[in-house]
Amino acid sequence: MRVIGLTGDEAVAYAVKQCDVDVIAAYPITPQTIIVERISDFVANGEINAEYVCVESEHSALSACIGASAMGARVFTATASQGLALMHEILYIASSLRLPIVMAVVNRALSAPINIHGDHSDMMGSRDCGWIQIYTENAQEAYDITIQAFKIAENPTTSLPVTVNLDGFIISHSMERVEILDDDDVKRFLPHRSPLYRLDVENPITIGPLCFTDYYFEFKRQQAEAIEGSYKTIMNVMNEYSKVSGRNYKFIDTYGIEDAEILIICMGSTCGTARFTAKRLRERGEKVGIIKVSLYRPFPCEEVIEAIKNAEVLVVMDRAVSFGAPSGPLCSDIKNVLYDFGLKIKILNIIYGLGGRDVSQNDIEQAFKLGFKLKLGDIKDKVLWLGVRE
Amino acid sequence: MVGGERIMVTLKELPLEDYIVSGHRMCAGCGSAIAARMALKAAGPNTIVVNATGCLEVATTIYPYTSWRVPWIHVAFENAAAVASGIEVAIKVLTRKNLMKQQPNIIAFGGDGGTFDIGIQALSGALERGHRFLYICYDNEAYMNTGIQRSSATPLGAATTTSPSGRVIPGKKEWKKDLIGIAVAHSIPYAATACISYWSDYINKVKKALNFNGPTVIHVLSPCQLGWRFDPSETIKIGRLAVQTRIFPIYEVEYGKYKLNINVTKPLPVIEYIKVQGRFRHLLEPQNSHIIKDIQENVNLQWSRLLKLCSIG
Repeated sequence: MRVIGLTGDEAVAYAVKQCDVDVIAAYPITPQTIIVERISDFVANGEINAEYVCVESEHSALSACIGASAMGARVFTATASQGLALMHEILYIASSLRLPIVMAVVNRALSAPINIHGDHSDMMGSRDCGWIQIYTENAQEAYDITIQAFKIAENPTTSLPVTVNLDGFIISHSMERVEILDDDDVKRFLPHRSPLYRLDVENPITIGPLCFTDYYFEFKRQQAEAIEGSYKTIMNVMNEYSKVSGRNYKFIDTYGIEDAEILIICMGSTCGTARFTAKRLRERGEKVGIIKVSLYRPFPCEEVIEAIKNAEVLVVMDRAVSFGAPSGPLCSDIKNVLYDFGLKIKILNIIYGLGGRDVSQNDIEQAFKLGFKLKLGDIKDKVLWLGVRE
Repeated sequence: MVGGERIMVTLKELPLEDYIVSGHRMCAGCGSAIAARMALKAAGPNTIVVNATGCLEVATTIYPYTSWRVPWIHVAFENAAAVASGIEVAIKVLTRKNLMKQQPNIIAFGGDGGTFDIGIQALSGALERGHRFLYICYDNEAYMNTGIQRSSATPLGAATTTSPSGRVIPGKKEWKKDLIGIAVAHSIPYAATACISYWSDYINKVKKALNFNGPTVIHVLSPCQLGWRFDPSETIKIGRLAVQTRIFPIYEVEYGKYKLNINVTKPLPVIEYIKVQGRFRHLLEPQNSHIIKDIQENVNLQWSRLLKLCSIG
């Protein structure tokens, strides 16, 4: 184990290098670009035995990844924002063809107006694409989850693509202390992929045929079962990685849930700020806690319910808007789960940080305060936009 | 009529083995089915096929059946060249890591819609990057799979369901795009036109293309009885007429050097090609005679341009 200073982008690139990836096909886009620049350096210097394909668009990036993955290669790509949107069509095909691919999504706002900074609109716009989706809090997690993502994706019973989400600039461009595993430890944790099926002239198969009304429905059912069944794979991989790394990975991470009256639920880099603020508030005797949702798809319903069942108010923070919907995407999921488990807990949905608007301790304190107000019945709003000028 | 210097494969030498086999649901008299079958005869079993969305893809792989006896993948409409790129680099790196021994051919098939229109960007990218693969555009001059809509490969004057012959507009108003010109502009080792009616020329070109260490493109004219509106028994004859009227010249470009493969010394007038197809029927009306004249003039112009290109170097 070594400790080095890396930005989130660099941490992802370093993980890719250690994972002995075969094919990288990617297109540059801010704030993801540093990932592909670093990987290009590794390839150019012979530090990784891989082929880097400088494609002419993100659409082709993912298409080339599909071709390479169908050949049995270990495949990586990275994108953000408009790039992810351009891939949208192919995202669904990668998961439907059950092809393991790992993609770092450096979360950034969607146009218009064009904006290069971090929010979750890009991934939320493609959240139903059938990929396993994991959100990270810092550069360390971006590094760790990238390594785990290959093992999850390439598990033969799971065989699904995985996105590793890291907040644009806040994680991607911030230099942090990152603990790096030894190359041999990564190699032992992640042996080379052994696919059940691949394009092989000795055993020809047809991939991606036409299915009409008689079979399409069953294909979709199998795909749903694959992602629902991936909980077990993800948990096993996280447990194994926790042992290798000494860092504990779970579907969700909690702080202060035992006696918290007000719980903030959020994803990505904001979780760090929220945890820090919650600790300060608890020192002042306020019963607050936070839940970080790391695994977003498949959604960890049981773990979330277990963590929130004793709270009086939930403040769900969405860094994306679902225009015209009753609440933001994360909040909709939480409400859904509450209903299914027969729980009625007061919920405030906060839309925050769009287009990279900074989220400070004060904002989190404000969010908790709003939660207390809701508890006392002092506010009637279901959805509030925190920090927006109105 | 045929130049003759490229007749290397005789009927006897043509392999009996097929790698796209019967049972598929391509139309009777489909030129594209012939284009795929002949290409696979030339390439043999050590081949991976990438297929863009289109007639060839939908009609040969209706689940749970497949006509393909080689590894085959379809991803989407516009990205066959990008998928082929990924396959090619995967083979390279897996070979380097001793995880793979075979060195298969890679052939990407796209129709004219999937190539001239929606797939042109992915094709351009793959050609520029220099992947070793053969891209075959089976050109039936419209979106036949969705019901005969015009593409940029549809010839001027042809009626399609989105360039109909109406009271004001007599069919498609624009000339056909020059695909080989675009391919050649990428400085690739080999690009060629072909027509399914000249099977020997076509098969030789497929074989030749697969031997280059880089991207190659074959643009093969594949008459469509449904969209061009002729009797299914006439497919080969219609293809011959396209060549013999000089509407579709057969040539190749090797490292930038043009060579005419079929020198049509006594061309038939274009009207001979036009009058046998329903898609051009409206052009036979007196008020549209100027369009036939325009088409003839353009054919003459393009032919002399091609001859000049062939004489350079």
